Amino acid sequence: MNKQYDVIIIGGGHNGLACAGYLAKAGRKVLVLEAAGQLGGLGATREFAPGFNASVAHTLPQLTNSLVKDLELSQHGFRLAQESLATIALSPDGNHITVHRGKLQGASDADTAAYADYLQLMQKFAKAINPFWHKRPPMVGSGGLQDITTLGQFGWKLRSLGKDDMREMMRMITLPARDLMDEYFDSPLLKAALSWDANVGSKLAPRSPNNAVLALLYRMSGDFGGDLPLPAGGVGGLVDALAAAARSKGAEIRTDSPVAHVVMDGQRPTGVELESGEIVNANTIVSNADPKTSFFKLLGAQHLDVQFTHRINRLRCDGYVAKLHLALDTLPAFAGLDSPGGRMLLTPSMQAIENAYDFAKYGEFAQELPMEVIIPSVHDASLAPAGKHVLSALVQYAPYQLKGGWDSQREQFLSNALDTLERYAPGIRTQIAASELLTPVDLEQQYRVRGGHWHHAEFAIDNWWMNRPTYGASQYKTPIAGFYLCGAGAHPGGGIMGAAGANAALAILEEK
Amino acid sequence: MPLTAQLQNAEDIAHVHEGILHSPFHRRTSALNINEQWVPWNGYAAAAYYADAHLEYFATRNTCAVFDVSPMRKYRFQGADAQAMLDRMVTRDVSAQAVDTVAYNVWCTDAGRVVDDGTLFRLAHDEFMVCCADPCFDWFQLAAIGFERLEISDISDDVAALALQGPTSCALLKAMGFTGIENCKPFQIVRFPYADGEITISRTGYTGDLGYELWLEPRHAEQLWDDLFSTGKLYGIQPLGDESLDMARLEAGFIAPDVDFHGSLHTVDLHHDHSPFELGLGWIVNFKKPHFTGRAALQKEKESGNYRRLFKLDIEGNKPAEHSILYSSKKCSQEIGYVTSAMWSPVVKANIAYGLIDPKYINGEIWAEVYHQKELRWYRKVARCTRVTKPFWSPQRARQTPPPDC
Repeated sequence: MNKQYDVIIIGGGHNGLACAGYLAKAGRKVLVLEAAGQLGGLGATREFAPGFNASVAHTLPQLTNSLVKDLELSQHGFRLAQESLATIALSPDGNHITVHRGKLQGASDADTAAYADYLQLMQKFAKAINPFWHKRPPMVGSGGLQDITTLGQFGWKLRSLGKDDMREMMRMITLPARDLMDEYFDSPLLKAALSWDANVGSKLAPRSPNNAVLALLYRMSGDFGGDLPLPAGGVGGLVDALAAAARSKGAEIRTDSPVAHVVMDGQRPTGVELESGEIVNANTIVSNADPKTSFFKLLGAQHLDVQFTHRINRLRCDGYVAKLHLALDTLPAFAGLDSPGGRMLLTPSMQAIENAYDFAKYGEFAQELPMEVIIPSVHDASLAPAGKHVLSALVQYAPYQLKGGWDSQREQFLSNALDTLERYAPGIRTQIAASELLTPVDLEQQYRVRGGHWHHAEFAIDNWWMNRPTYGASQYKTPIAGFYLCGAGAHPGGGIMGAAGANAALAILEEK
Repeated sequence: MPLTAQLQNAEDIAHVHEGILHSPFHRRTSALNINEQWVPWNGYAAAAYYADAHLEYFATRNTCAVFDVSPMRKYRFQGADAQAMLDRMVTRDVSAQAVDTVAYNVWCTDAGRVVDDGTLFRLAHDEFMVCCADPCFDWFQLAAIGFERLEISDISDDVAALALQGPTSCALLKAMGFTGIENCKPFQIVRFPYADGEITISRTGYTGDLGYELWLEPRHAEQLWDDLFSTGKLYGIQPLGDESLDMARLEAGFIAPDVDFHGSLHTVDLHHDHSPFELGLGWIVNFKKPHFTGRAALQKEKESGNYRRLFKLDIEGNKPAEHSILYSSKKCSQEIGYVTSAMWSPVVKANIAYGLIDPKYINGEIWAEVYHQKELRWYRKVARCTRVTKPFWSPQRARQTPPPDC
């Protein structure tokens, strides 16, 4: 048998590439197999209209210096187009509130004062929890030293917040975003904007309990302190650097190479079979795919135990965010805004977000669609032809399981989204040269992500840390020795971070 | 099978009912049940005994007796993925099981604890029937997740079944016109035309003796009963109730659900469930077959050797050690386990029992603290137990093909 590779990574998303980079750096012979023609998955920058480029993921709040430094990404072409985008809570009447580098603009004095307290507390929590995003989750009951140490460190980190803050964190951790915001702020516009990151990407809205605070802390895990770095060339710029870094360390990367399934010999994988029929051998197989695809399609239920299979099957994977890309002939004008260079939130109130969610809960979508909009071409001319612009929007809520299906209703959804935009940027419709709407179903089909879910599986407290994606597979290892997970379905989750890939690489390196 | 386990609404299920159900043989069994002694089994009325439990018991050992197994749960697995799905559920190698054979099987949780046991009938390359004493449909649906070319149906009410057990059973079937039945090997399935349909006969049973199980459509149930009892007169046929069957199965070395073990899904406390090794079923745990649920846990348990043992015990004296606690010495200072089933065996002429022994004590002495009553007065005695490795009752004829006198 040809054992050309030590490790095969299925999927060339940013986590797969990060995993490849770390493994190659440690001297492993690595092959990355990407099904699509382009690397990066949801982070790939694609030309959606002639001359206009965008990536589905569009900012890097969770980016850490460690990833950039460990893999020497700067030497491989990675750079930011803008270090920190301001978040602007748009009001149709032009009375916006801007959040930037820990400061509020346009808010009342009371809200401004409250924001300082709020941010200080959240930053304290974020700092306590930060190391654990980059660590393998512990396995409860294993008795292993490392597991006990991680649990002990976690307890210590919480305790060292001080008694009051620790109690406060434990009280707040599963609060609905709405209750949290109501405790601190008055302005409906501000509350809606600050609640956005607590729920976006999950089947959650401001009134949903579960993981609002956790999601906010996750969002603050990057080295930019909750600010929003904008990569040059879209997130694809980071993907290209990750790929170049991995290749420079000896990893081999193949695109247009969809894997049909993992080849097993008894209880262990020996390689993969491509859809072309080609078999490539390696004793360690790492899946960057979502857990359901990894276990059901790539591995097959026949290799797994009944209850474990059931736990994977019941993962909540339905996406609720649509991605909208607009090719614009000119820079749109938003009422009361000098330049649309920030991240604009079209969320007048938490109630408005909740209303849109109510439709989605029952398989429908709302007339007015809350969204997060950036125009990255303001900072990065490479994305659009000279003088023209790209608008990139996350639009909620677009239920994966839409009653009646998406085919007959995508035009209506697009129209509702444009109507919502029009309210803030009158005349924007006339500036549109081309548009691309990616519903969760489109994301699933085009990017091979189950349910079109950003996080591959719901990012929620019940599905977090030692329960991600489920116990028995939460340490990147799976019940199948030699088969690992390195995607967003593993700890810590989705978002462009690379931590799952990096953590998986460490777990693999420790194994031998 | 889709990737979702679709559970039906209770009101949509026709068999959710009130009151006791009647098996397809009920008109016949109730006519013979002159003492009206019934026990509920899966919602059906099953005879505890008909006229006299001892008479029935001796018939199974000396002539033949009929037990109505219709309340048993029967499930049909059909489709291209049926073999693969069952193979990863049960502990024996389904891929190696020939068409038209039956294999006793057990299925476990991920932790290697027994969910239930039952018999797996391979009816065709892509068709199987599983028979088990308790309902198991929910587990089968869970176990089917990820196997798309498969349909599982509960056919319990579509199949009437009788167990005909005892030394004259083969001769009786032959006399009824099932020519060639004598060539049916243990665990083999054969089919005959019957009335305007078909009867399926498997050489299986729960008594450890020569015996068969007869499967057919409910509409032919009464005719089969009548044929058996009219031709069977000369063969000493008797109806068989639950009590005498329980005696026979204990002699044969078979375990009973909810008596000798609890299904893992029905226990709450730690270690109130069992692994197959604990129940003496190591012989059907095949580590050479493709992956099956619980494999890793069972491999670990087997290697550790650290598991309880359900021993067959021959106990001195003649007082059944029912509900007895077991000790490591006559002084009864150290508890080492407990008895799960016990009886005086008339055919073996021995005081027999199963005892579940803690792993630390499997090589030492075993003593049973036996309480027995004489005219309402209780007496206590401590009896020495001897471990028996073979079934208490295992006549040659149960394994011979053709069986003697046939």
